[in-house]
Amino acid sequence: MEKTFNNKAWFMVLPVLVLVAFSAVIPLMTVVNYSVQDTFGNNEFFWAGTEWFSQVLDSSRFWDALWRNLAFSAIILLIQIPLGILIALNMPRQGIWVPVCLVLMALPLLIPWNVVGTIWQLLCRVDIGLFGSLVTKLGFSYNYAADPVDAWITVVLMDVWHWTSLVVLLAYAGLVSIPEAYYQAARIDGASRLAVFRYIQLPKMKRVLLIAVLLRFMDSFMIYTEPFVVTGGGPGSSTMFLSIDLVKMAVGQFDLGPAAAMSIIYFLIVLLLSWVFYTVMTTSDAKA
Amino acid sequence: MDFSWMAWTLPTAAFFLTILGLLVAMAVWEYASPGGNPRVGVLRIETTRGDRLFITLLGSAFIHLGFLGFVDVDLWWATVASLVWAVFVFRFV
Repeated sequence: MEKTFNNKAWFMVLPVLVLVAFSAVIPLMTVVNYSVQDTFGNNEFFWAGTEWFSQVLDSSRFWDALWRNLAFSAIILLIQIPLGILIALNMPRQGIWVPVCLVLMALPLLIPWNVVGTIWQLLCRVDIGLFGSLVTKLGFSYNYAADPVDAWITVVLMDVWHWTSLVVLLAYAGLVSIPEAYYQAARIDGASRLAVFRYIQLPKMKRVLLIAVLLRFMDSFMIYTEPFVVTGGGPGSSTMFLSIDLVKMAVGQFDLGPAAAMSIIYFLIVLLLSWVFYTVMTTSDAKA
Repeated sequence: MDFSWMAWTLPTAAFFLTILGLLVAMAVWEYASPGGNPRVGVLRIETTRGDRLFITLLGSAFIHLGFLGFVDVDLWWATVASLVWAVFVFRFV
């Protein structure tokens, strides 16, 4: 059959193109323009060439923040994905507890980032915070404002509390879509609980888990608000992630040129990693 | 409309015009031979012409950054390396 091509449909895409141009393309072009120039305000610019890129790539400040960010994302994925699967496996599949569990799980996701930061900042204070004072009373030395390890534990705990639910909900959606016949077949074969998980549940959850990994990776790699509110990048620069460092450079120090160069490098890393994840996801989808 | 707040320079304008030119060229190529010529190359993933352009551009960006950060030679060599990379990608990926 001959396909009908109606090129007028392209006009329907026009509003989106205009929106993307104003919200993404034009700002990105401006950042590129800034990255090769120096400015002291007043809309006056001086050519700097690739100097800012060299400066960022030579600075240990950038590399430290990048490794910190990668380590943070790795820790987050290693905790949240298995924990999310474990919780989803233990959630009820039918009965009145299903909506209760779902609402409880969705609650942390509804809280804005800065509020989560403030909640945890108060919760972890050694003098008045429930968590902070409890841990101190139990005999542990804990102070997220002074000790780098404590600061990391706090930021990781906060992110786990805030975002594990997303993994749970996605994994749960994957689990409930498995037809009962699969479990019946497994029971007839006398399959163990582990075998059911390995050969039925995990393969069926694969697609949603890949989305969960992608979302959690991108979010944790671009994390800003929560650690900014709780630790402000400190103590010292122990929780100074790329985005916090970037804002400090651009808004705090008004170094727009180096900040623009750093934004572009950051953007390219995010783009590369997103492409790798996307490719892995679509390739494994095609094989499935 | 005044776009002076975007702080345009001749090199960056040339850079974006090159990208635009590449996109237009890809559109013309697609019009001349539709379908995007999908194939599985050395990366063992299916790529179309557009994917190959994306891989080329992203790779070129990292080649330039790599030359800036780790190699002490003129940046034009990075551009030469990127062209070699482009030929490799369009031929084998």
